[in-house]
Amino acid sequence: MDLQVLWFVLVAVLYTGFFVLEGFDFGVGILLPFIGRKDEEKRAAINTIGPVWDANEVWLVLAGGATFAAFPQWYATLFSGFYLPLLLILVALILRGVSFEFRGKVEDPRWHATWDTTAFIGSLLPPLLFGVAFANMLRGVPIDGNMNYTGGFFNLLNVYALFGGLTFLALSALLGALFLNLKTAGSVQETAAKIAARLSVPSFVLLTVFVVWTLITTRSTPAILAIVFGSISVLALLAGFIAVKAQRGGFAFGLTVLAIAMNVASIFASLFPNVMVSSTDLAFSLTIRNASSSVNTLTVMSIVVAIFLPVVLAYQVWNYWVFRKRITAKVEDLHY
Amino acid sequence: MDALGLARSQFAITTVYHFFFVPLTLGLSLITAIMETIYVCKGDETYKRMAKFWGKLFLINFAVGVVTGLVQEFQFGMNWSEYSRFVGDIFGAPLAIEGLTAFFLEATFIGLWVFGWEKLSKRVHALAIWMVALGTTISALWILVANSFMHFPVGYELVDGRPILSNFAELIFNPHVFTQFPHTVFSGYVTGAFFVIGISVFHLLKKKNVDFYAKSFKVGTLVALVSIGGVILVGHAQAQLMVKQQPMKMAAAEALWDSEDPASLSLLTISDEKTGTTSVDIRIPHALSLLSYNTLTGEVRGINDLQREYEATYGPGNYVPSVFMNYWSFRIMIGAGFLMAFLVLVAFFIWWKKKFKLESKWWYLLTAAITLPYMANTTGWLLTELGRQPWVVYGLLKTSDAVSPNVPAAFVMTSLAVFTVLYGLLMVVDVTLMVKFARAGVEDDQPAIQAKAG
Ligand code: HDD
Ligand code: HEM
Ligand code: HEM
Repeated sequence: MDLQVLWFVLVAVLYTGFFVLEGFDFGVGILLPFIGRKDEEKRAAINTIGPVWDANEVWLVLAGGATFAAFPQWYATLFSGFYLPLLLILVALILRGVSFEFRGKVEDPRWHATWDTTAFIGSLLPPLLFGVAFANMLRGVPIDGNMNYTGGFFNLLNVYALFGGLTFLALSALLGALFLNLKTAGSVQETAAKIAARLSVPSFVLLTVFVVWTLITTRSTPAILAIVFGSISVLALLAGFIAVKAQRGGFAFGLTVLAIAMNVASIFASLFPNVMVSSTDLAFSLTIRNASSSVNTLTVMSIVVAIFLPVVLAYQVWNYWVFRKRITAKVEDLHY
Repeated sequence: MDALGLARSQFAITTVYHFFFVPLTLGLSLITAIMETIYVCKGDETYKRMAKFWGKLFLINFAVGVVTGLVQEFQFGMNWSEYSRFVGDIFGAPLAIEGLTAFFLEATFIGLWVFGWEKLSKRVHALAIWMVALGTTISALWILVANSFMHFPVGYELVDGRPILSNFAELIFNPHVFTQFPHTVFSGYVTGAFFVIGISVFHLLKKKNVDFYAKSFKVGTLVALVSIGGVILVGHAQAQLMVKQQPMKMAAAEALWDSEDPASLSLLTISDEKTGTTSVDIRIPHALSLLSYNTLTGEVRGINDLQREYEATYGPGNYVPSVFMNYWSFRIMIGAGFLMAFLVLVAFFIWWKKKFKLESKWWYLLTAAITLPYMANTTGWLLTELGRQPWVVYGLLKTSDAVSPNVPAAFVMTSLAVFTVLYGLLMVVDVTLMVKFARAGVEDDQPAIQAKAG
């Protein structure tokens, strides 16, 4: 495998890590208004992601950084082109990031309600908008010969892209519900299980349509990988749906994780060897060849990743292990 | 304002905000780690309560530090796409490495620390906060490696007019990093130390929890002593390096219009930037040469000569940064630095002579001194970044060529407005919460519940 392909795969892996890990904690935020009326219930829900959400978000930071380092042209075109959606994502992530920390600091129902709302919006927008952004990258947007995006804001709002956004949103919410089902007890768990059951059919329909639509849109050569990943994704979610019905929470969660990961993998496989498709002229598309850094930079980065990624994974797994127990709504245990 | 002006304002506002929170994160994580280590070694419960109390203030600050940092990561692509294309081969790597080696470390171990009091052994728990402190420091290192390239580009060769990484080791061992990194990290420690000292004095004057705040005060004072010394010494080295690497910045910081040998240090200079004439000029002869070269003589070049020189090298243009901003930033930073050095002596006086028995209201000045490091931090960065203008990468790329060509001014205006308002609100909430918890002090184990009753 050459370095540009390797880095394309690594970027895909980082985004996959982000959509899976931050996916369930976005989901928890999205479900916050629905998980229970009582303050303890909401607190229990937030505290399930307390020790991990910040590190999960770093997957996005790293995905951004890795894109910059390995494919600077992609980084430049994408973020200057999708300016307003990205602004919205940033605002959402800012609000969400402070709301967990601020919420518990003042004991006042209105204060809590305010930060619950910001946590909700802050969790809802990013998966939706990232879905839109990824779908657009694949579908093609106006890009000129200097690699600059020339479209406006409304070029980004097409049915396919919106469909992608909804798919990402639904999958995050579903994964969040399944996560809460595993990590809480009592009323919160019961509600989460019900929500998961209700979300699984629409999620499945959305995902299936999106995967098929993506495969039709695809320009990748060869398309076989995209088809394989897409099929696994759909099948995994189907199996997950059965697991939900059978009340096998652990399986359902694992299978949904697989479905999300394979969906992202299928998107990247469909994109390859492009990184952003130009609808102005296919020849203007950014590819892993014309958007990448020099061999020297990619080599250095590869060495750094080979050394540090295992270390990072080790302590993150340890973190999840330390906090593996269910959270009950007992106030003493909670930080937020 | 055009898109360039707006993008610059946005960059300046968002980074200054980010760096409002960063130094306290650096300093307070270290101080909390020291306190918890003393607890683990000596078993004194007071130190555990200290770690919890200061740690809580740390967390409020940390949250805002993180979210303002997020914007930084994406802003280069959003507003500075030409910049990103131009330096991406070099600049992206340290940014990505920062995420991998520092942000993960901070974010994971902060979770373990906050939620792990009952789940981890004492030692492992203390290790967690050390990992956070280490993470913040590593983060500073990588981002400053990136920033140093902008000030003093090394480790590259030009291919088709673009810098391409030729030597990664040179990039990391950039001499600029070796002054900028310790200076910035020490300034963070100073910030944490003055924060702890100021709040401790506030409570010592109230005569509550004297033991608790006296111990906090001692830790703060020791950290302050080491780090203010570090900041000043390294700052001096940095200024010497600046004379060599970016002489124009020093000339502007000293309002030195014409080259001098021996060069004099300005005490007060008021000049008209348009005409380059000076109305008030009080200077200490030989002092600038002494500070620059450790000898009484030696030429320090002035703005006018440098401008001529740069025009010869880089073509016609204006190569003079804002003299006003550079001059006053430099003075405020150094003034605050020496004032803090003096206040550290005052702190030792409180420790040894007063034995923490404080009566006079004047001591509240030490609480007010919490603002000093913030002023120095902000003006320090203003000097560093504004002094580099018109370059964004010194000698290679001008700021005006770095901006995204396809992002309309209206978009930048929108984001600028959104960030300004949002950050403004966050700052208010953050500072309000900090003041609330700092004032409430340690006795309130459950201040949140008290607030409800009150
Ligand atoms: C001297 C130190 C320093 C400097 C100059 C900067 N930062 Fe920073 N940054 C930190 C020191 C730091 C930190 C202390 O490590 C923070 C503050 C709170 C935290 O969690 O980490 C942080 C947070 C932080 C985060 C959030 C990480 C997370 O999600 O946990 C990002 C993405 C950035 N920074 C990126 C940047 C960029 C792109 C900068 C350049 C313009 C920048 N920082 C300047
Ligand atoms: C956190 C500490 C920092 C602060 C407070 C800071 C502050 C500033 C300020 C005040 C400007 C000048 C704005 C103007 O031109 O009016 C600026 C410019 C700039 N800085 Fe920094 N800076 C910091 C760190 C960094 C770092 C670490 C980088 C790179 C990694 C960086 C990249 C830039 C760029 C690209 C510009 C040019 C855009 C512009 O002129 O506004 N800065 N910064
Ligand atoms: C008192 C003696 C001090 C001296 C001689 C000094 C010197 C300098 C110099 C020359 C620079 C610019 C470096 C460049 O652009 O190349 C700088 C930057 C800076 N200073 Fe200071 N400084 C002093 C005190 C302080 C203090 C007390 C603080 C904060 C507590 C501080 C914080 C900063 C920061 C954050 C920067 C920007 C980052 C950097 O370029 O290192 N300085 N200082």
